[in-house]
Amino acid sequence: MTDTSFPALAHVALGKSQMRRNIRKATSTIRARTARVTAELPDWEALRSAGSAIKAGAMRELDTHLLKLEQSVTAAGGQVHWARDAEEAREIIIEIARRHGAERVIKIKSMTTDEIDLNPAMIAAGIDPIETDLADMIVQLAHDTPSHILVPAIHRNRAEIQELFEQTFGQGKLSDVPTELTAAARRYLREKFLNTKVAISGANFAVAETGTVGVVESEGNGRMCLTLPRVLVSLMGIEKVLPRFADLDVFLQLLPRSATGERMNPYTSLWTGVRKDDGPEEFHLVLLDNGRTKILADPVSRETLHCIRCSRCLNVCPVYERTGGHAYNSMYQGPIGAIVTPQLKGYEEAGSLPFASTLCGACYEVCPVKIDIPKVLVHLRAKSTAARVAGHAFDGEALAMKAALWMFGGNGRMAAAQAFGRVGQKMLAHDGVISRLPGPLSGWTDARDFPTIPKESFRDWWKKRGRKPRVG
Amino acid sequence: MKVSLFITCFNDTLFPQTGKAVVEVLERLGHEVEFRTDQTCCGQMHNNSGYPVEALTLVRRFVDVFRHADVVVVPSTSCTVTVRTAYPRLAAEDASLLSEVEALIPRVYEFSEFLTDALGLEDVGAYYPHRVTYHASCNSLRGLKLGDAPKALLKAVKGLDFVDLPAIEECCGFGGTFAVKNSEVSTAMLSDKMRAVLATGAEVVTAGDNSCLMHIAGGLSRLKTGVRAMHLAEILACTEAGV
Repeated sequence: MTDTSFPALAHVALGKSQMRRNIRKATSTIRARTARVTAELPDWEALRSAGSAIKAGAMRELDTHLLKLEQSVTAAGGQVHWARDAEEAREIIIEIARRHGAERVIKIKSMTTDEIDLNPAMIAAGIDPIETDLADMIVQLAHDTPSHILVPAIHRNRAEIQELFEQTFGQGKLSDVPTELTAAARRYLREKFLNTKVAISGANFAVAETGTVGVVESEGNGRMCLTLPRVLVSLMGIEKVLPRFADLDVFLQLLPRSATGERMNPYTSLWTGVRKDDGPEEFHLVLLDNGRTKILADPVSRETLHCIRCSRCLNVCPVYERTGGHAYNSMYQGPIGAIVTPQLKGYEEAGSLPFASTLCGACYEVCPVKIDIPKVLVHLRAKSTAARVAGHAFDGEALAMKAALWMFGGNGRMAAAQAFGRVGQKMLAHDGVISRLPGPLSGWTDARDFPTIPKESFRDWWKKRGRKPRVG
Repeated sequence: MKVSLFITCFNDTLFPQTGKAVVEVLERLGHEVEFRTDQTCCGQMHNNSGYPVEALTLVRRFVDVFRHADVVVVPSTSCTVTVRTAYPRLAAEDASLLSEVEALIPRVYEFSEFLTDALGLEDVGAYYPHRVTYHASCNSLRGLKLGDAPKALLKAVKGLDFVDLPAIEECCGFGGTFAVKNSEVSTAMLSDKMRAVLATGAEVVTAGDNSCLMHIAGGLSRLKTGVRAMHLAEILACTEAGV
């Protein structure tokens, strides 16, 4: 079995120099833009606090809001389905598509459908899922996987996309001029929009009091998906519910400014149930748990569910900037992915992710809903470690940590350990530095020297210096 | 003022010169320094590596050792952040420990913070005629929110040629056990940090945390750049009389 841990996948990513250049260029551009448009609002910090408070309130009474949402959506002529896990959600969606005899579906805002692995299941059921968001479409056409929660094809540059379109569209030679590339994509997609009966979308928000569901996007392809087909199925994580319509006031400011660095995104689609002769005739809202209630049950990490998927934490993360998104082996990448994925998939599969951070705090500093990602990372490290140690009779790291704790237990043990270290390092030190450490510590000395332990520790010096303090 | 020095296990063992420099600066400024010999480690490594039970043992030790100290000065930004941010969380389920932690925290200062915030100083009478750049460290910027205060201390040093480090807000890539568990990403971040340091033409890179500095200096030494790393306290300890 191939190693899918973060360090192993990061090793692969670090070797792809073109991809690293693409990601660095894109993240630094978005970073500058989001910094500019968030700094220009005098009440930005108040907006962040409001966003955080609304989300905390929504989570505190999640059950009430969800039942209210079901009631409102139903009253407006929509149908609500509850999916406990990925399998249930797939079955519900495929069943709806089948009932309408769909041979293909068009898709927009597909991250949650990626979470439940919907596309492979649809293909197995004989239904062709077509991604219509430009970046999702690029990823799908290239048989690739998303590397960014907002810009799934961020790891590809214009020249690579030009080549891909030429190979897949059958429209002949294309230039790498952005308008010409998007025109080619438009020709490819228009035919799908006009000739497909069923659309599947994600959702940015759903308002409990009105039953209004919202999708925020840049291209207008979402608007096409949400309005042209006869049947619309929206899959939404249960944490996306907002109590009041007025809450959108806060989130429609926080999201675009944090996500793309725009003051307002070009397309905001809001719909409430179905309406005669306008838009889809049938609307289904699938509410997905798939581990979210488990996250909610953890008082330390439940703020993970406040995330509005703006991706600003990815764009400021120094680790993400070096590795890109594929190293996270998940549709949720970067700092937020490092806390979401292990909680959804478990530590057996994603136990290395909480450690994929220096805890530098850049993410927490910019998060529009103030999720304390470093705090949650540390909390999940403990869970990941406990899960790993429980599975093995011998764990070298846990043993070393126990030994360190004993050493820090006072009674002169530290001085003894320092003396022991001074003797031990004799085999390793040359010219005052250690350039090769053994075993799991060798990662340090692959590119860095390690200092030697000096002859005299501070505590030795202090003892020798004598008890009487010297003042002034 | 009577200042209790928390040297930190890391400085005690690998960088004793930092502790000596802190003692030198504080005594020069007329303060009495004490060193409580039962002190060991704040628990940062255990806490950040996924061992909160072990870390809690060290929270108790820290509180036992420093309970009666007037002020505690720590020449490490990350250990100070551990006390300030992680301790209340680790002690959350023990009400009496938590109240002791909360009573102690306002008396725990990072070294430069003690000079600028508690004592209101910028010029501490130091002399250091070299070109120096300053690495802020994430824990200083985002953990303690010290901003430019440590820079002001350096700029007030006589003879010192201060030069700003480009992209100062960016992490150096150390991150504790991250440096070993994710050593390749860590060194990818380090190479950008070294490039920034070298671009300043500084002879010395300084910071308030020897863990970042050990990482940065380890890279600079491997590449034989000749640039040295020194803790901020070591620069502030130098005087004209001492040269």
